[in-house]
Amino acid sequence: MSQPKITLHDMCLRDGMHPKRHQISVEQMKAIARGLDEAGVPLIEVTHGDGLGGESVNYGFPLHSDEEYLRAVIGTVKRAKVSALLLPGIGTVEHLRMAKDLGVATIRVATHCTEADVSEQHISLARKLEMDTVGFLMMAHMLDPKKLLEQALLMESYGANCIYCTDSAGYMLPADVAARITLLRERLRPETELGFHGHHNLAMGIANSIVAVECGANRIDGSAAGLGAGAGNTPLEVFNAVCDRMGITTGVDVMKLADVAEDLVTPIMDMPIRIDRDSLVLGYAGVYSSFLLFAKRAAAKYGVSSADILIEMGRMKTVGGQEDMIEDVALNMARAKRA
Amino acid sequence: MGKKINAALIGSGNIGTDLMVKALRSTDINPVWMVGIDPASDGLAKARDRGLKTTDQGVDSLLPHLLEDDIRIAFDATSAYVHHDNARKLREAGVVVIDLTPAAIGPFCVPPVNLAEHAGRREMNVNMVTCGGQATIPMVAAVSRVQPVDYAEIVATVSSRSAGPGTRKNIDEFTRTTARGIEIVGGAKRGKAIIILNPAEPPLIMRDTVHCLTATEPDQTQIIESVHRMITEVQRYVPGYSLKNGPVFDGNRVSIYLEVEGLGDYLPKYAGNLDIMTAAALRTAEMLAPEIAAGHYTEGAAR
Repeated sequence: MSQPKITLHDMCLRDGMHPKRHQISVEQMKAIARGLDEAGVPLIEVTHGDGLGGESVNYGFPLHSDEEYLRAVIGTVKRAKVSALLLPGIGTVEHLRMAKDLGVATIRVATHCTEADVSEQHISLARKLEMDTVGFLMMAHMLDPKKLLEQALLMESYGANCIYCTDSAGYMLPADVAARITLLRERLRPETELGFHGHHNLAMGIANSIVAVECGANRIDGSAAGLGAGAGNTPLEVFNAVCDRMGITTGVDVMKLADVAEDLVTPIMDMPIRIDRDSLVLGYAGVYSSFLLFAKRAAAKYGVSSADILIEMGRMKTVGGQEDMIEDVALNMARAKRA
Repeated sequence: MGKKINAALIGSGNIGTDLMVKALRSTDINPVWMVGIDPASDGLAKARDRGLKTTDQGVDSLLPHLLEDDIRIAFDATSAYVHHDNARKLREAGVVVIDLTPAAIGPFCVPPVNLAEHAGRREMNVNMVTCGGQATIPMVAAVSRVQPVDYAEIVATVSSRSAGPGTRKNIDEFTRTTARGIEIVGGAKRGKAIIILNPAEPPLIMRDTVHCLTATEPDQTQIIESVHRMITEVQRYVPGYSLKNGPVFDGNRVSIYLEVEGLGDYLPKYAGNLDIMTAAALRTAEMLAPEIAAGHYTEGAAR
């Protein structure tokens, strides 16, 4: 396990769409993608924050279509490959084919951690199209390691060549990551790659990602300057520097990536990506990170507390995609307050 | 009320079994057969208990009995894939088919919106869209009958326990068919559908959110009145259909927050998605029953 080699996967042009309310411009995307490419980042995700087909009243309409973003970035990068996210129930196989036709190399099919069987249609098609096919198990903190393994095995059986343990709520502690990744590594096929996707709501993004690597993960998601939902993703430039110090090979230039984060990504932020009270609540209560801005907006509109909305969303055991319940919860709270 | 029309239930999963329980209470429909493919199916066992004839050999083993048992109507609760075959065979036998799969060969039927239009057309195959469609299209129609809707989007959240293997294997069929129903029956210029499965325990009751973007500023008074009137219509066959919040008006956005609690006939009450589908299918069959009894449906083979 000495000197492991891992693949860094940048999220700022997909997960980063959440704090940007899906309003990143094509020019900004191209500039950031060029920077990431030149720094040696091998894989860059580009999609609406909620994946292909995410454009909606419920999740927000983006400035440009997935097709326009993907075409622009794929035409810009020289070495890096581009990935796209797809959530069955939101995106469809038509979106997948469109992405493939545009030159997307990696498709990541994401389901709630207990619902892997809705991904069969999409994973098997991606595999048939000879794409790098990832099964992405979201909110993985909600499922114990054994049950998570069962779901991972389903995705592997459909044809996924890589399985992700995804900490969508930024809730996991290093021991939670270790338990899950260790079991997945033991029981999935040796050739199946393993990934970890962290959120920084409890500031555990880097520590959790290091533990994941130590337990056998070889793909790590992060985002330049942390631009992502909630308190952001694992800040990729920081993680890369830590890897360098620890002798974990990423192939990514430490200072060049730091430049991208500082000079290209940070300037486009609408607000600082940091652990504010609401993001802390996400991590503490185990709530889906992209609910953050929706809760803040509903709180302002209906005169209730955004932290209380998020806590209620956690109590209701909501899963990724249930953004619609935020206004519903806020309306109920406002009514209760009046009564 | 004339004599009951004999019916076959094809598919012995959650939907088929729930439909059987409801049909056994009907004053117009008499369920005679249940067709499955799995001998160990709980639905087939329940059907035998309730005195139905059953087969685990698929629709082909039902066909020879259609005439002797005077089966005039069939409910297909299999899958879109299987339905294409079933639809052809049943049509050739002159059986009217209520299609509960997302195959959507026949025209869409959402009872409170367009059931009346189907009466008298003598279609041999009508389609029930999807559970999310049955729950939300009435609301889209409630807005679009007031003023033009440029875009309507629905989010259906169902308990994981209530989503069967057919839905899971082809979840794209749900989004595609529902979106089409929103346009064709709901009257929106463009439709979009999202489905979320939630594994929470105890299971959550089906939730549906309907967002409409109206072409011009929404007429709040008329839309509120129209939505409430439509809720009452749906409650006639799904008593647990309720408005939780809204309509919310925000610029041209009209948002309606619904909950659908079932009767708990087969799966527990949380599975309102099953109820609204089976209740709508039965209501459709009951409306067609008098015409079938009168011999107006004579297409296909001589009977």
